[in-house]
Amino acid sequence: MDHASSSAPGRVVLALEDVGKSFGAVAALRGAQLELHAGEAHALVGENGAGKSTLVKILAGVHGPDTGRVLLDGQPVTLTDPAAARAAGIAVIYQEPTLFPDLSVAENIFMGRQPLLPGRRIDRRTLGRRCRELFDRLGVALDPDRPARGLSIADQQMVEIAKALSFDARVLVMDEPTAALSGVEVERLFAVARSLRDSGAAVLFISHRFDEVFDLCDRITVMRDGQWVSTDLARDLTVDQVVRRMVGREVSSLFPKIDVEPGEVVLEVRGLTRRGVFADVSFDVRAGEIVALAGLVGAGRSEIVRAVFGVDPYDAGSVRVGGEELRRGDPAAAMAAGIALVPEDRRQQGLVMELSVERNATLTRRWELARGGLLSSRAERAQAAEWSRKLQVKAGKLSDPVSTLSGGNQQKVVLAKWLSTEPRVLIVDEPTRGIDVGTKSEVHRLLSELAAGGLAVVMVSSELPEVLGMADRVLVVSEGRLVDDIPRARADEDSVMLAATGQGGTRAGAAR
Amino acid sequence: MSAPVTGTPAALPEELAAPERTGHRGSALVHRLFVVRELGILAALVLLVVVTVVANPRFLSGQNVRDLLLSAAILTVLAAGQTMVIVTRNVDLSVGSVLGLSAYATGTLLVVAPGTPVVVAVLAGTAVGAVCGLLNGLVVAAAGVPSLVVTLGTLYAFRGLDSLWASSADRLQINAADLPSGFKALGGARLLGVPVLFLVAVAVVLLVGWYLRTFRSGRELYGIGSAPEAARLSGIPVGRRVLTAFVVNGALAGLAGVLYAARFQTLDTTAGTGQELFVVAAAVVGGVAIFGGSGSVYGAALGALLLTTIGTALPQLGLDPFWRDAAVGALILAAIALDRALQLRLAARLRGRNARRDR
Repeated sequence: MDHASSSAPGRVVLALEDVGKSFGAVAALRGAQLELHAGEAHALVGENGAGKSTLVKILAGVHGPDTGRVLLDGQPVTLTDPAAARAAGIAVIYQEPTLFPDLSVAENIFMGRQPLLPGRRIDRRTLGRRCRELFDRLGVALDPDRPARGLSIADQQMVEIAKALSFDARVLVMDEPTAALSGVEVERLFAVARSLRDSGAAVLFISHRFDEVFDLCDRITVMRDGQWVSTDLARDLTVDQVVRRMVGREVSSLFPKIDVEPGEVVLEVRGLTRRGVFADVSFDVRAGEIVALAGLVGAGRSEIVRAVFGVDPYDAGSVRVGGEELRRGDPAAAMAAGIALVPEDRRQQGLVMELSVERNATLTRRWELARGGLLSSRAERAQAAEWSRKLQVKAGKLSDPVSTLSGGNQQKVVLAKWLSTEPRVLIVDEPTRGIDVGTKSEVHRLLSELAAGGLAVVMVSSELPEVLGMADRVLVVSEGRLVDDIPRARADEDSVMLAATGQGGTRAGAAR
Repeated sequence: MSAPVTGTPAALPEELAAPERTGHRGSALVHRLFVVRELGILAALVLLVVVTVVANPRFLSGQNVRDLLLSAAILTVLAAGQTMVIVTRNVDLSVGSVLGLSAYATGTLLVVAPGTPVVVAVLAGTAVGAVCGLLNGLVVAAAGVPSLVVTLGTLYAFRGLDSLWASSADRLQINAADLPSGFKALGGARLLGVPVLFLVAVAVVLLVGWYLRTFRSGRELYGIGSAPEAARLSGIPVGRRVLTAFVVNGALAGLAGVLYAARFQTLDTTAGTGQELFVVAAAVVGGVAIFGGSGSVYGAALGALLLTTIGTALPQLGLDPFWRDAAVGALILAAIALDRALQLRLAARLRGRNARRDR
């Protein structure tokens, strides 16, 4: 597959060989490989969860690989911590800027590397001058002495870029740096990346924006499910080929969506807008339907459903359940109207880890189960037992803390907690994240049965196979806008990924 | 489409391009706000003194001022050390007990070996404090236990050690008569009319302030408190720096113990009880952010001076001393309100300069 290595310019500066990394039971990387040449810009692409960010963190010295080797100039190196990676000449620009809000812009850039006067005192004058030189080179007009607090995301990103530039990195890693940048700023960033490349540095560029990938990069490495898929010269590839390699999976039969004739419209969302987060989002969900919100991480999917449920505020638009308009920003009203939200991060938002299974399962109904203000343990236990049976929760005892359960069973407890409120609309955010394959299909079966029973289901998911297997309709969100509404018959990896990356879709043209 | 200034996945509009930002007004602005912060405390201090003098002209008599400075000296040294710890988003609640232990240790040393030079006694007390700080710092930095809990524990542990030592040595109280005259002279010594103990405190403040501003490791303490995760990612040895802050703070609490011994000359195991919260109050009133990352040791020192002055001035105004606690409480709330107001104003000003991008 690697046509490029023979014809690529320069020697190999940095290489990853057969790198593996697991977090608990989840393998984030398995046999990942990468070769960066001096004087090349190299793109790393892959779906959400393909292992790109883990790979970046290994290069940055944040994580150590479990298996495999990192080679710098052909010599194996151990990047024990971020300082070691930096000393090795590896600069990383993260997706989220990592600045010190209380310190000045100049100090942020030169933290730990401030120019010194005799006696190891910081030379503030030189510090300011070097910072201004960097900004001149980047063409930004930031004041070196202002604090980083209050900078726009784009300006924060420019500070990060200046930081990377300031220590003459041999390897510059950029993890989706352009998400918050405007066209001109992206051009400026690319100019810097090109000049670094031309002076012999290796640039690793991670992005979901294919136009930028093809614009900047000489070679493209595709990853999928934590594994290396291919590395090719960019000029030998098309966007379609790259997308196919990124998804490259058969949609497995693990996702048994039962066909249901959709009933009446239960949830109506009209023109929902939250400034700077999402804009003009409208959709309907019918009883018995599973509607998936697909898109890239950060596209605004979770934010949309959180606003629908009332946890987050919104600036304009309306949410109706069964024709009744909901008060905005009022989760209690949403619950009363029959919406249930199973959040993305069940450990943080869905469960009280130290409490027992039965307590967690009945948290949403504690008023109904109380007599005279006191919770009745017997009523709690009865209800928890009923739902555990329905959902086949595998727990030792219902009085065990929920933290002792596996991820899949924890998710069932969260579902039980919400289903016991007898909702009409169930919103699930990443319902199977971090759940092993076997339990995954059980969660899917459950959602499917619930829909068949007349529940309207809204599912946010970053896993394409799950989306394609489960959803009656796929709503694609890109950069805060609903860019496409794909019925089951037309939904496949290509159509969804193209819409999500802003490359295609019926409404996508308008948004780009 | 409106302005996504914050984290936004939405497409940025064209007019965001090519921002034309103004030059170097930021530094002046920030500088001014910090000066405002410290001037605020100074103004409160001056106001308090003026009011008190009007009510009681003897308030500014030489002896009275000297007493005031002596009392402030100990709190100021403690506040300087505490600032280093708070700036890293930690807190040390054990300083009162460390002061007590160090004072008792110094006193015991001088009783057992009356010929000990004063310098050695000072170093010994400081070393006792440094060891206490090392213990605190090791548990916080190595074991990752929140400093609030660790130092709450050592607050009682160090005090207990102090009592245990005093009772097993059968020396529950050390009196002025037991201490060598050379050491006692330190308590009353003056240089150009200013108490030497106060000069020591001033020197400590200047040194700590210089260190925090001028050295990489000093700036890194601010970085750690400002954004711990960013500090880790930028390769700052977070654990080592936090440990250092605790050791220095412990050493300064130890030094404060020696100053306490020299000033009061009667030592029992309750010395410094309750000082820890007063010290934190001084730092907060002085503009040191309790969540770390900002604030200066000069502000903390002014805070210490202000709190001490309140304690001295209220009786002179004919108010019951119990009002002191209420006044300190009101002052803390006022300081927090002021900080918040300044922060909002700074944020608004900084945002205003991005206004062009905000359409």
